Amino acid sequence: MADTTHQSFDPLATGSRARQTRSRSIVYLLLGLFALLYLSPLVIIFMNAFRPLEEIVREGFISLPNMLSATYWVEAWSTFCIGGTCEGVSRYFSNTLLMTVPATILSTAIGLVNGYALSKWRFKGDTWVFGLITLGVFMPAQMTLLPWAFVLGKIGLSNTIAGLVLVHTVQGISFTTLFCRNYFLAVPDDLIKAARIDGAGFWRIFRRIMLPLSPPILIVCVIWQFTGIWNEFLFGTVFTSGSNQPITSAIVAFSGSGTGERHYNVEAASVIFAALPPLFIYVIGGKYFVRGLTSGAVK
Amino acid sequence: MMADPSNATRPRLSAILSGWTPQLVLVPTLVAALVYVVIFSLWTIWISVSKSTLLPNMAYGGFGEYAALWQSKRWIVSYQNLFLFGTLYVVGSLVTGTLLAILIDQRVRFESVWRTIFLYPLAISFIVTGTVWRWIFHPQTGVEKALHDIGWLSAQFDWITDRDMALYVVIFTGIWHSSGFAMALILAGLRSVDADLIKAAQIDGASMPRTYRKVVLPTIWPIFVAVTVVLLQFAIKTYDLVVALTQGGPGVATTVPAIVVYDLMFQRGQIAQGAAAAVMILVALALVLVPYAIWSGIRAKREAAHHG
Repeated sequence: MADTTHQSFDPLATGSRARQTRSRSIVYLLLGLFALLYLSPLVIIFMNAFRPLEEIVREGFISLPNMLSATYWVEAWSTFCIGGTCEGVSRYFSNTLLMTVPATILSTAIGLVNGYALSKWRFKGDTWVFGLITLGVFMPAQMTLLPWAFVLGKIGLSNTIAGLVLVHTVQGISFTTLFCRNYFLAVPDDLIKAARIDGAGFWRIFRRIMLPLSPPILIVCVIWQFTGIWNEFLFGTVFTSGSNQPITSAIVAFSGSGTGERHYNVEAASVIFAALPPLFIYVIGGKYFVRGLTSGAVK
Repeated sequence: MMADPSNATRPRLSAILSGWTPQLVLVPTLVAALVYVVIFSLWTIWISVSKSTLLPNMAYGGFGEYAALWQSKRWIVSYQNLFLFGTLYVVGSLVTGTLLAILIDQRVRFESVWRTIFLYPLAISFIVTGTVWRWIFHPQTGVEKALHDIGWLSAQFDWITDRDMALYVVIFTGIWHSSGFAMALILAGLRSVDADLIKAAQIDGASMPRTYRKVVLPTIWPIFVAVTVVLLQFAIKTYDLVVALTQGGPGVATTVPAIVVYDLMFQRGQIAQGAAAAVMILVALALVLVPYAIWSGIRAKREAAHHG
């Protein structure tokens, strides 16, 4: 199709025509089976968010629905009781949004400038600075829990969303700096040199040359940070409690508690609310998502 | 700036400052990274050898908590679980990812649709993944119930509540979540292989599976190493998935080190021992990452020498 670089090679174009047809159907059969396995949880949970509770209890999750109703979505969003408060997941959804958006913007903006400074303004010891910053990528969260709890307490950010923004921004800068620095390395140094000879300074070159070149890596950073922070669980659980918690903690709060009556349909709808924003970002920016993975993992 | 005594020095100072802009810009990040990476690590290491219990007590208490940790059955089980989970999760994701990548590489139609389907689990949190799969695996709500309803009344599928099998549920779900990641990177690798190499193999009469096994996959082995390292990292840090899927149970059957850390620190009030367990996670990560970093460094140097 659009993949012109790969035209010259078609591994299945060997052997007789009958054999080609056979191997081609095997390929599609296998792909179809795997696709079924990957999509089934999504389908199952989506379907059960429309089914009456007694039907789910009677027939389980994996069964064709008889009656469909959208009321469980409304209940999940606005009146579902989680951990004592009956405001639905909307409260936790907005907590997560209020945490994710600022932390994504801050870490991406700082990472962009860092990446520019580290790739285009080489100075003595810059590789050490870069090395130290990127070590943050590998830090296990468990090593930082107690110190963060202490620091957040000292600066009055315990149990606040602002505290989570700080934690995620500091952790996120390691990733965004790594992404942006590696991306900007490919920008020709001559471009910068010429601008400097013309008398342009650090910020002017940033605004005039680097910023117009950065949309691809900006999108990678935003997708990576947004999905990562939205989906995070440990920090949210440790540093906040009750109605200040992000949506991941809320899900564990209602689904993990073995006691009380279950509301599978409302829970399924709540889980979808939690999954939707990163899924949406992934579907619209899939290409950049993969690019982020590749640059984040291999380098 | 406010304390600047005379106006005359101001332009000169700003000129000096502007020469240092790149370094000054990096100062906040450098400070944050120094605190986050170095000071927080040393801090936690110190807590692990302190006399802290429910509250921090920074007096030196020796390495007793490490000894106690390695004598606790829960920790031993969690470490053994990590080995089994880590091995099967990494191997399973690699095998599945390779198979999917090869399938997609057969010039299939709607390639991007297939790719999107296999990679979407990665965009979803472990919490959502674990919650959904728990419903599917649980005998009361999931597969077993569905089998009973279609008339197979003796069907039994209760791995998630079975001490001996529950860990395999975690492994399966982990592979479901991560194999798309392996697929994406391996597919990128397959596409980078020189087409002439493959043509040569085909002219020699090699079949499709043989071409992949003998020619294509061996040339992209560095990608397999990179994916393995990243997945091992995921495995060592695994926490959310187990919490949502099995909460470490039944009993301690699916407990992993990160769960032990959380419990010791925040549920049992044994801060020092929790910190010791966290340090062990750091050690495990270092055992994976340091050799990889050295190896990639050597390779980069060799490659530079090659091209230079």
